[in-house]
Amino acid sequence: MTETAIHPTIDNRPAAFTQAEIGWTPWLQPLSEEDLSDRHWAGLVDASRAKSPYFMLLARDPEILEARTKTDKDIFYNTKAGLPRAERELSAAAASRFNGCIFCASVHSRFASHHSKRTGDVQKLLDNGTDADLGSSRWNAVTKVSVALTQTPSTFGVTDIERLRSEGLDDLEIADAIHGAAFFNWANRLMLSLGEPTAAA
Amino acid sequence: MTAPTPDVIDHLADIRPGSFVDRIRTERPETRANAQKSYLALFEPAHEGDVTRAERLIVATFVAGLHDAETAEAFYAAGIEGDAALIAAVKSEIEAGRTSGPYGNYPSGPLSREDKSGLVFTVSELGRTALGHKLSAALEHSHLLVYRPREASPEALQALLDAGWTTTAIVTLSQIVAFLAFQIRVVAGLAALSEAGEGIRASATAAE
Repeated sequence: MTETAIHPTIDNRPAAFTQAEIGWTPWLQPLSEEDLSDRHWAGLVDASRAKSPYFMLLARDPEILEARTKTDKDIFYNTKAGLPRAERELSAAAASRFNGCIFCASVHSRFASHHSKRTGDVQKLLDNGTDADLGSSRWNAVTKVSVALTQTPSTFGVTDIERLRSEGLDDLEIADAIHGAAFFNWANRLMLSLGEPTAAA
Repeated sequence: MTAPTPDVIDHLADIRPGSFVDRIRTERPETRANAQKSYLALFEPAHEGDVTRAERLIVATFVAGLHDAETAEAFYAAGIEGDAALIAAVKSEIEAGRTSGPYGNYPSGPLSREDKSGLVFTVSELGRTALGHKLSAALEHSHLLVYRPREASPEALQALLDAGWTTTAIVTLSQIVAFLAFQIRVVAGLAALSEAGEGIRASATAAE
């Protein structure tokens, strides 16, 4: 029998970019806990992710989920030198804003605000888009190069490297910004295409 | 025992051992190792599951082509063994499908003012004959994911199910397209860094 996509009924579906906590609901059937083998648990990396319909859907292919999750964690949470956390989150939020992922942008704009305490500047990115003045040339540069990388095909080049260098970024910080924006081109496409945002629970 | 697959990002971005970009990648060993493990999970899978290796490589070739990522396109196409007609069909669909993104409509509401129209790609009749209905559906969905992911919908997933892909296969296909969108951009970014030449060395101070 052909399987069927889920058409959820959603009240108050988020229709604009927000820093508020929102939910997400899948369009394909996630696994349930009783379906999980050791292979699936390994793919989830953190057992608590069995509570998330997003990760339980991705757990259908556990090997790529595990590698994806470990890539994600190192890019954003390995703070042995490199770009400050706030600006890694800014690169993620900028890519998400530009691709149009309301859910991803909500999470990572909130994290950018948390680490920078610049909630108002972050809100300008959400309200006015990636051309907005975010209150410092350094944030504008991180946003601009994240957008250049996110365009398809990417327009990122040596001028983007120079733009970041003129703001004082060292080579590891530049690599962190590249990875933050690039990773959200992965994450946005999964979040946007396998389900949709819901109002806060 | 076969030799381990060389690091694909290093290969595609031409990062030489001992170069400054190589040293920077060494600072993020988990990122480097797991980007490679992601490649292996998708293209040398322990469990092939519901998507064959040839199908994986055809989708990857198409996605790399849409990104104008010539080196990646050639790399993935090289894995498609022996079927010149099939490769020619994929290349012809790449030519027909190339545009620039992201574009697409938002769900109607305040963001509608940012709606941007663009190509809604369908595989040509000739392409459909060469690729078959199932792979054609995969390429059409891949085009959506590459250029207009904000227009994704349950209907788009239903089209894949109707073409014979299982739910688990759709997860794998989505990961292939989305991973390529990452891998190609890391390669573009690191290649630009390499071209710019070494700048300020990383300081040992922790971020934060």
